[in-house]
Amino acid sequence: MTALLTVLLACYLLGGLLPLCTSRPQLQNTLAHGGAAAGGLTGIVLGLVGLFAAQPLTLSVPSNIPFLTFALRLDPLAAFFVLTISLAGLAASIYAQGYVSEYADRASIGVVGSLLNGFVLSMTLVVLADNGFFFLILWEVMSLLSYVLVVTEHERPGVREAGLFYLIMTHVGTAFIILTFVIFSQEAGSFSFDDFRHPDQRLPDGLRSIAFFTALIGFGAKAGIVPLHVWLPYAHPAAPAHISALMSGVMIKTAVYALIRVYFDFLEGVFPWWWGFTVLSIGAVSALLGVMYALMEHDLKSLLAFHSVENIGIILLGIGAGMIFHAYGLHELAALGLLAGLYHTINHAMFKALLFLGAGAVQFATHTRDIEEYGGLLRRMPWTGLFFLVGAVSIAALPPTNGFVSEWLVFQSLILSVQLPTLLLKLMLPIAAAILALTGALALVCFAKAFGMAFLAQPRSGHARQAVEVPVSMRVGMGILAGSCVLLGLAPMLVVPLLDRVTGPLTGVAISDKVLALDGWVVAPVTVEFSSISTPVLAALLVGAGLLGLLIARRLGKGVQARYTRTWGCGLPLTPRMEYTATGFVQPIKQVFETVYQPTVKLEREFLEQSKYFLRHQRVEFHTEPLFETYLYRPVVRKLLAVAERLRVIQVGSLHLYLTYIFVTLVLLLLWAG
Amino acid sequence: MHVMVPVVLIVVQLIMLLALAPFIVGVIRKIKARLQCRRGAGLFQPYADLAKLFRKQPVRSSTTSWIFTAAPYIVFASTVAAGLLMPVFLSHTPLNFAGNIIALVYLLALGTFFLILAGLDAGSAFGGMGSSREAVIATLAEPAMMLSILAIALTAGSTNLSTIVHQSALLEDVVLAPPAHLMALAAMFIVTLAETGRVPVDNPATHLELTMIHEAMLLEYSGRYLALMEWAAGIKLLVFLTLIVNVFAPWGIATSVAPVALATGVVAYVLKVAGLAVVIGVIESMFAKLRLFRVPELLGAAFILALLALVFFYTLRG
Repeated sequence: MTALLTVLLACYLLGGLLPLCTSRPQLQNTLAHGGAAAGGLTGIVLGLVGLFAAQPLTLSVPSNIPFLTFALRLDPLAAFFVLTISLAGLAASIYAQGYVSEYADRASIGVVGSLLNGFVLSMTLVVLADNGFFFLILWEVMSLLSYVLVVTEHERPGVREAGLFYLIMTHVGTAFIILTFVIFSQEAGSFSFDDFRHPDQRLPDGLRSIAFFTALIGFGAKAGIVPLHVWLPYAHPAAPAHISALMSGVMIKTAVYALIRVYFDFLEGVFPWWWGFTVLSIGAVSALLGVMYALMEHDLKSLLAFHSVENIGIILLGIGAGMIFHAYGLHELAALGLLAGLYHTINHAMFKALLFLGAGAVQFATHTRDIEEYGGLLRRMPWTGLFFLVGAVSIAALPPTNGFVSEWLVFQSLILSVQLPTLLLKLMLPIAAAILALTGALALVCFAKAFGMAFLAQPRSGHARQAVEVPVSMRVGMGILAGSCVLLGLAPMLVVPLLDRVTGPLTGVAISDKVLALDGWVVAPVTVEFSSISTPVLAALLVGAGLLGLLIARRLGKGVQARYTRTWGCGLPLTPRMEYTATGFVQPIKQVFETVYQPTVKLEREFLEQSKYFLRHQRVEFHTEPLFETYLYRPVVRKLLAVAERLRVIQVGSLHLYLTYIFVTLVLLLLWAG
Repeated sequence: MHVMVPVVLIVVQLIMLLALAPFIVGVIRKIKARLQCRRGAGLFQPYADLAKLFRKQPVRSSTTSWIFTAAPYIVFASTVAAGLLMPVFLSHTPLNFAGNIIALVYLLALGTFFLILAGLDAGSAFGGMGSSREAVIATLAEPAMMLSILAIALTAGSTNLSTIVHQSALLEDVVLAPPAHLMALAAMFIVTLAETGRVPVDNPATHLELTMIHEAMLLEYSGRYLALMEWAAGIKLLVFLTLIVNVFAPWGIATSVAPVALATGVVAYVLKVAGLAVVIGVIESMFAKLRLFRVPELLGAAFILALLALVFFYTLRG
């Protein structure tokens, strides 16, 4: 491990430092992204080594600072996240080689590339850290580097505000994380994770519950759970596309990692059922609201960012169900729920990164992020279109893709609530399954909209008409992720045993043999008689039935050639203005769910002076109300500002007075200490 | 059992699905015609229509992409694949291990996804309108369908379709179905009407721009592409009808591969789906199509019924 870790550090550090030593953009590009790609490859190997290692591998360097040791620990859980981060990092850095020219005139290629290396390295180390202090330092580095990357294009309107919002929210989260670790250290006497998880140092029940909530809020703010998600749709899209891909694809997963670490490792999986129920409920609400807000977004990257909220929700549904089962001692089902959540974690990392890279490619070609200005891109950018379609089908959980497998597993763990002893949970988990079904259907609609409006029909603007396919390196980056999506979907027999190595130590049972049946060709969580899917067979069936259709069509219509003509436009020449817009497409859904959206229409009309029947000018604005911002955040911010206004009386600008304040505080502290 | 038996069974099931789908469409049309005091076309007219369409020269829009060409095959494939997963005339269908009832729902969703894309690809306002409306209905039908499926699955203690059907086929008192079952049946029936584009949600016999949904998405299709789409729609209807008759009324279904049992199973199956098609024909004649924004109420009712089914299941069983 030490050797691999050294190589990993060397790759990222060289990739981070070398580009700053040269001023030639081309060389900076190669050095920075070459380093990150090499680091990603090493990380993949490191992750696989960690997953197959019999014992957790540890490495520790002491420091002079109290409580701080530079301790790293590679156990299966950490290894799984290292693997996920490195895979996405590899694809993003290859993609970035071609993508840099998109922001080259606004930011230095060397600096952004260097920050990319630091960002991926900090994420990798966060999941490896084995000391609370060290973890917090790395967590902060990760947050600050991602903040700097978010504001890369700070001269664009809204980017600085998005960055500031992100910075504030992430620090509120960090405060809660510090609180969590402080609670643990009270009993453990140190900040070492080894002492946190030591069975002799169990926290009293009250403190455990407080630690549960502080961890949920602290890490939840990073993960983007509702209602702490509000910063995410502003910050993630503001960054360059490959950074957005990493933030949405993997950075939010470090929070998932930390939650599992705290609940199943530090707290040893000993908790009451309502913890799991809380996580499950937050998951259900996040999934549903995430996708509902995504539907109304017409900025392609914001749409994807809202989908991250949705998918974190789905992951938490799996983990929450696992926690409920664990609390009732149903360890195999707990392992299943956790496995479903982790499966969705890596799947989401792959398809969300892919979709963000796809959105970046579309932006690269059209220089806009507004879906209404796209159209007809599939004919102009066939590869990007194909990769985006793979991502869209995967995130919509359609068979036989990876999203389908993990969402199906989440469904299974929710249905197995039939084995729980209480009526409340027996009823609530199927309702969560119904919410998941609604979420899935809305995600399908949302990606039919995103793909359909961007890639199909005629171009809706000059930008889209002039679009051309993106450079090879960008296509390779997307191709790696699309390939991973297909592989993760068609080969659950390879993925499930890997995940089992992660959930096994956490829940105490190995379920790989029970989840897989018929030599791994079938995924059957309980028995084949209860439920099963086989994505390879489904894929074969789909291909076979499609070929059958082709055969019949060829046979019956032998020698018939299709004729091409323009789409009938009711006698008028067909123009892009006749197409349905993204706004129009989702209008019925907006009306059906108006309680959530609270839509308003603003209509301004100006008539000719001669007659009120002839319009000179008309302007329509559609708005939906962001409920959490309007009713939760704005009142809080207003209160905070009001209090700050009051407190300004003590801040008069006189140095003497400030010195007096310091003196008085010192005296009070001394009195308190004495 | 001989190795070839499952293969033969799969092929027979495939042929039955493909062959029976146009007949069911014909039955519904015939019933509607008779109730409107028309003689109507023959029961086998849909076969002739399909054969004609397959032979005709398709006209394609020059603004479309490969999605437009691929969509009919994908829609056809996903519907046929869904049909192969479920028990039709034999309770233990050979391919049931490949996907349970949830996988079946998601396979059909794959078809819906590409149907929506196909509607958008031609770039006309009609296609977009159809796609947009189909999106709403698919969205609202999904949770109701999932809950009613869960209610059925809990009663049978399984989400595997063969197990569900086999168990209810072996039950003695199938006539006295528990209330949970009846409510789930009602919910499932409403969902079927919505998902397969029947009155009162959609009207398959209209080409009026204000009302059409499914037809609007197919508007730019012709020739073999239209034939595949129409055929797939028929198979989808048959899949839903099969689901209902086999889960809620598995009378006569073969529970073993004995020749007599299989023959009974096939005859009983054809009679049952034809009977249900008659019911749908009558319903289509009795009700008017709902406004689009009244459909959520109907599907909301289905959702509540399914939820009640779930509550009844737990409270009555204790």
